[in-house]
Order: sequence, then C-alpha cells, then structure tokens
Amino acid sequence: MSSAAHAVRRSSSRLTRRAFLLTASSAGGSLVVSAYFGLPLRAQQAGAPAVKYPPDAFVRIRPDGKVVIQVNRLEFGQGVSTALPMLLAEELDADWSQVIAELAPAADVYRDPVFGIQLVGGSGSIAHSFQQYRELGARTRAMIVQAAAERWKTTPAQCRTQAGVVYGPGNPSLKYSELAEAAARLPVPATAPLKNPRDFRLAGKGTPRLDSRAKCDGSLKFGLDLDLPGMKVAVVAHSPVFGGRVRTVDDTAAQRIEGVSQVFVIPTARGGSAVAVVADTFWPAKQARDRLKIDWDLSGVERADTAELFDRYRALAKTRGTVSVSRGDAQIIDRMDNRMVAEFEFPYLAHSPMEPLNATVRFDGDRAEAWIGSQFQTVDQQAIAGVLGVAPERVTFHTEMAGGGFGRRAVADAHVPCEAAEIAKRVPGTPVKLIWTREDDVQGGYYRPMHVHRVEIGMGADGLPAAWRHVIVGQSIGAGTPFAQFIIKDGVDATAVEGVADTHYVIPNFHVSAHHPTPNVPVLWWRSVGHTHTAFVMETLMDELAARARTDPFAFRRKLLSTKAEKLRAVLDLVEQRSAAWRAKVPRNRAIGVACHESFGAGVACVAEVSIEEGRPRVHRVTAAVHVGFAVNPLSVESQVQGGLAFGMSQLVPGGAISLTKGIVDQRNFNSYTPPYMGDAPAAVDVHIVPSAEPPSGVGEPGVPPIAPAVVNALARLTGKRYRKLPLLSLV
Amino acid sequence: MNTYQLNVNGQRREVTVDPSTPLLWVLRDHLKLTGTKYGCGIAACGACTVHLDGIATRSCVVPVYLVGKRPVVTIEALGNDPVGRATQAAWVAQDVVQCGYCQSGQIMNAAALLKHTRRPTDADIEASMGGSICRCGTYVRIRTAIHAAAESLKG
Repeated sequence: MSSAAHAVRRSSSRLTRRAFLLTASSAGGSLVVSAYFGLPLRAQQAGAPAVKYPPDAFVRIRPDGKVVIQVNRLEFGQGVSTALPMLLAEELDADWSQVIAELAPAADVYRDPVFGIQLVGGSGSIAHSFQQYRELGARTRAMIVQAAAERWKTTPAQCRTQAGVVYGPGNPSLKYSELAEAAARLPVPATAPLKNPRDFRLAGKGTPRLDSRAKCDGSLKFGLDLDLPGMKVAVVAHSPVFGGRVRTVDDTAAQRIEGVSQVFVIPTARGGSAVAVVADTFWPAKQARDRLKIDWDLSGVERADTAELFDRYRALAKTRGTVSVSRGDAQIIDRMDNRMVAEFEFPYLAHSPMEPLNATVRFDGDRAEAWIGSQFQTVDQQAIAGVLGVAPERVTFHTEMAGGGFGRRAVADAHVPCEAAEIAKRVPGTPVKLIWTREDDVQGGYYRPMHVHRVEIGMGADGLPAAWRHVIVGQSIGAGTPFAQFIIKDGVDATAVEGVADTHYVIPNFHVSAHHPTPNVPVLWWRSVGHTHTAFVMETLMDELAARARTDPFAFRRKLLSTKAEKLRAVLDLVEQRSAAWRAKVPRNRAIGVACHESFGAGVACVAEVSIEEGRPRVHRVTAAVHVGFAVNPLSVESQVQGGLAFGMSQLVPGGAISLTKGIVDQRNFNSYTPPYMGDAPAAVDVHIVPSAEPPSGVGEPGVPPIAPAVVNALARLTGKRYRKLPLLSLV
Repeated sequence: MNTYQLNVNGQRREVTVDPSTPLLWVLRDHLKLTGTKYGCGIAACGACTVHLDGIATRSCVVPVYLVGKRPVVTIEALGNDPVGRATQAAWVAQDVVQCGYCQSGQIMNAAALLKHTRRPTDADIEASMGGSICRCGTYVRIRTAIHAAAESLKG
C-alpha cells in the first residue's frame, strides 16, 4: 500500500492568506453570529471577486492533473471530506480519480454558510454546503470552459466537458490542467448553471472514501501524531473537582524525571487552575504529572453529587417547569380515568472519541500557529488569540484530521485550545503539543447532561394518547455560552426538549415544560444531543401505549403520526417492508423492537432483533430505513447509520454512565466507563435509503436516537418489564 | 535511561529511554512510527496493537525493557506480509473506516486472527476482535472485511 499519496490530508497553510480575502457581507443570520463573536467583517476591496466564496480558495487544479479541494469542515469519521468534494467534482466534471481533499484552515471564507462560523455540528455539513460546493464546481467549470473557448476562438456553448477534459467543436480537446492557469485569470462568474441531478455521474452513487488507504496503513496523521521540529509535549494535572484551584504544588519528584523541562500553574475554565508539565515526549510528561504533589483549594467550589442530583431532579420533575409547549388543556389529564405515569432517568455521558483531546500551539510573542482537530475553528482561533493577547488573524489555524468527536471537539469555551495557548505562552518559540490522557477525557467533564423525565398520559377510548403532560429536568447546554441567544427561547433550552416539543405525534392536549438546574458540571452536546433521551422516552412510551391498545407497533405509530410527517411515514413503511421476511421467522427466545425518530432533518426507523444472553441484550440484527433527502453518498449514509446505531448502544451498556460522588468523577478509564464493544453492538445491520430528490439533510447524528428504544422495546417483550433508567444494569 | 536494541519492522533500531517506557511510546515518540495509536493506556481498547513475535500484543502495557530481541511489526510494515496486505485491501474494498483512529489496531488484530485461522467464523471474529473499541461503530463492516479477506486468501 503506497503511503505516498494520501487522498485526504490537512491543508498547507499557503492558502490561508488568500482565504482571508473578503467575503461579501452575508445574510442577516450569519452576520449576527459573526458579529457576536467579534469577527471582523471587512468591507469589500475594489477589484475583489463579487462572489462570496472565491473558487480559488476551494479548488486548485495542479499542472500534474490533481484536483485539490478544500473542505470547509473537520473530517472526524462522518465522511464529509469525500462527500463535499464529490459535489464539487460533479459540477466541475473533474476526473474523480485525480481528486485530493484537504481540510481547510480557519478562515472567514470557510465558514458554514448558515451558521456564519466555521464549524461541524448539527449534522449540517452537507445540508448547509450542498448548494455551495455545487456552485463552486459549476463556476470553476465555467471558467475552464471559457478559457478553452477563448483558446479555440469558439463559444462555451460549443464545448462540453467530461472527466477533466474540455472538448471543442471539431475534435480539439484540452485537459483542465492545461487550462487552469488561463482560467484563473478570468473573472469569476457570479452564477453558473447547475446540472440536472438526472445527469449526475458521481453524486448520488455509493463512493468509497478518499481517506481509506491512508487510514489503513498508518500513514494518515491525526492531531495527536503531529511532529514538529523542537516540539515539546505537555500534560496537565486538573483539579479533581470542576473549578478547583492550585494552592500549592511540590514538583520535586516530578522535576527528577529525565526529559521534563518545566512545571507551572495555568488558569483553566470555570475560574480554576491546573498544573502543566512540559517535557520532551509524552511518557516523561505523564510520569512527572503522576509524581506531582498538589494541594487543591476547593473552597467555595460546589461538589456535584449525582445521587443527590437525581433526588433533586426527581422532585423537580413533579412540578411544572418553564413552559415549552402548551396545546389544549393541560389539566384535562387530572380528570381522565385511563391514565399512566412514567419516570425516566438518564446519566451523564462522556463522548470518549478514540483519539484523546489534544492541541498543538506555537507562539513567538507576535504570531501564533495552532494545529487542532477542531469542530469549532472560529471559536478556537478566537479563544487562542484572546489568551495570547493577539488579533485572531495572527493565529494561523490548521485543521487536523480527528479521531472521532461526537460533539466533544465543539466547545464554546475552547477550554482545551486555551490550555494549550496558556502553556505555549510560557514556552515561547516552541511548539507545544498538549495531550489529554484517557483519564483526563473520562473525568474532564463536558458531558451529555443527566436528565429526568416525568410523563403523565391520559388515554382516550381508542387507546391513543389524548392528553400528555411532560416535564423534562436537565442542565441547559447553551446557558452561559455565546450560543444561548440562539438556543434558549423564553427560558427553555431547545436542545433539552427537542424530540418531544416538536414531536410529529398528534396529541390534542400536549404540555411540555422544562427545569434547567445548574450543578457544577460542564455539559455539552453529545451526538444527537436532546434526541438521545427524548427519543428514548417517546419511542418506549409509544410501544407501551401500543401494547395497552393491543395494536401492533407499526400500526399504532401510523395512527398517531401527523399526516404531514412524510419522512417518518416513509421510513416506517420501508422498514416494515424490508424486515417483514425475517420478522416472520424470529426464534422463540428472541423478540423484535421498533422505533422511529426524526432529528436534524432526517427520519430514521429501525427494527431490532434481540435476545438476552448472560443477562445482557444481544442485538442480532437491525433493519433500518432512513430519509435524508437526496443521498449524496449512499455508501456513507449506510456507514453513518450503522455507526450511529452502534454508538447509540452506549446508552444501554452497563458501563455507560458517568457519576460523581461529592464532586469527584467516579470513573477513570474504559475499564469503568465502558463504551460498546463489538459484542454489544448489532451483529448485522441493513440500511435502506428512501429515494428522494429533496435537498439533503444530515445523517451524522440521526442514526443514534432510535436504537436504544428499539432494543428496550424488544427487551420488554422478552421479560415483560419496562426499562426507564439507563444504563441497563440488570434486566431482571 | 537505558539503551535498547530493538527489531522493529525488520530493522535494527536503537533507543535510549527510561526502562518503564511502554513500547507504544517508544514507537511513537522515539521511532516516529505514529501508526500505532494511544487510546487508553490500560490495554482496554486495542488501538495500540502490534505484532510481538507474531502475536497481537497491546503495546501500551509492554515496558520497553521486556521486549528484548523479539521482532516487533507495526501497521506501517503490515503490508509486507500477504495476510496483512489482504486484510488492508479488504478494509479498503469494504469501506470500513470512519475516523480511522482505531483501525490500525483493528487491522493488526484481524491480520493476526487470519494468520492463525484461515476461515474464521463469526464466533472466531468476535472472540478475537471483541476487545477492540471502535467509537464510530464500524463493527459490522469489520466483520464483513474479515470474511472478505479470508475469502481472498483462499487457495
């Protein structure tokens, strides 16, 4: 296997200068976000292209024929560094075998067109850049064709393109690489016609990932693999309680470790401080950290305790919170005969991407350079600049390939990049790679918040829910961050109630309210965010109601779903069809469970075949149906759904909970905070995509919510019990 | 600090490190072979798997002073071996990887399985691969790839 030609790699910084080229002022939404972050929006320079996204910042056709495409996203497994280039290459009519994708550095021109900052999240990459990358390809093609037409003294209408070659009238042909230089001197057209999707040759076809080879031969470098001349490695000793401060540190033993150069205190998030060890390489840094004797000042620091918190949350759940949705009569339940109450509990969850968090920063007193596998380049760049006391433009920010993220690399307070900057500031001129160990990761906070739900349901004579009163208790992810104004409306954090507040089930008397306690535990979005717990509640309750009404789970959902819930209806139909044959033959000791949920614009339905082995659920098979609008890369959609289903099992495995005792996280590493291994994940998954020409939604997250309820619905059939507290510690 | 003569990927390599330094960090930081990954440091995830004398071994818990003359093979050299090459080729053909961070370890594990068991069953696969974590959830494709690699090595 050749390691020489990575098809995907991080970008050279050469493009950074040009990428700072002005963007025309954007539509209202992104202007607001940009202004909030204090990002400079410069007036347009005379002579600069009129288009917002100059093609030369996104695609470069090299003399050797290679087509290098800048991806305005972090690649962390979701396949965006193949899918977005596919769209550009399609409209460009490039030779796909010559395409190389690079992860773009931080720059205004690479901001998400909808969010107005450079980020990956909300399963929005394809949805927001679908049109953008097509237009980039089309405009580039137009310029290439114009250059050819001028060379042949003909018109663009007389030319056609295919696989990186322009063909003119008669028989002349020219490769794109022969025209690139001339094309670059032409003005960028404001618009260029896009293909009719009927004519797509690449987009919409299952396409193998560009980065596979390099990820299979050890040649692809992740952030943690970075090696720079003169580089040092740093490891940080964090307070055992969030927000603690260093009172004293005895580093005598630490300094005796050969290879250690410095030990010093740095400020951290939440008004805390920590001790950084800088050494030549990782092992001495870690050895030294383990030998530090630190006296922590925990005065005035709240010590969160999850047992206490669950008590508090359970009590709160019995009271009405801030209203999120109120339809019909909230009190009618109290007058109904046929009622039920269900309470659910969800623990804190760590993301634990396989590549531990890391950030490399070099500061020379005037300019800085950062190398981070970041989901939040704009935020991180700004934060580093703030720590170093320079303008953001003086921080060259490289986007590294990341080993997973699931939301963990998109943090509003940029706490890891800030730690790295604080260290780099004290080691000027030297690149310092900050590495968080797995223990740091498991114990370091920024978890999916713990939640309690309490649902009261009044059933009508037809067995359908006629009244629904739902209280959700959980920390607000947006509170205290710059995203608060976008996420929190009238006191309710949308990310805590999504999946319930916007349910597609039609329930005439529907009342949802939320409490947002504020314990001293940093929280964050965890792949599919609120849907992680809301889908579990909704879909297990649907199953329970269906059983009470003696209706099959598919039929029951159809009765209750809005007629306008097209995506959910489509996936429910498709999954029922595609699983019919094997469902008819399910052995006695196995049961099936159904769930469907819409999130981030995509509808997903799944049927799981489950048995119980050695007291744990064994998922033999899942059939899943998805509606993602137009599937840019069906192979990638399949992988993301398979992966999302496996990831969703994180909520069920017995080790899948972070708990705190008097402020200290109980778990340390994968031995105590355990993700799903192969045996915990579905053994076989077949994915079926609803054919659609609608604009693409995302698919990175939507595969996660339905699996936990589907499996638990199957378990309920096997044992007769309902499981409302996660993770599943015992099935009896 | 002691000096050790190691046999890594068929080459003699000399390092001067603290004896307690895990083989993983000798490979990564001193020999600049970063294909072998750090995932947990406690042998719970498999990302650090190398072949030590032909046996799939978690290098994060093998201190360098225990390695001795035993040949070490990392992902970077796996392609020199027909079984290794077939495993990597199957991984690419089946589009297994997502973020890819765990895959060096997964592939090293799978290649070791295929060297010892030419036609692994699903149960064999789970017994061998069942201790390697993939957070992206590529498990079903890993299974398919191992079967495909076994098929390609037939005959």
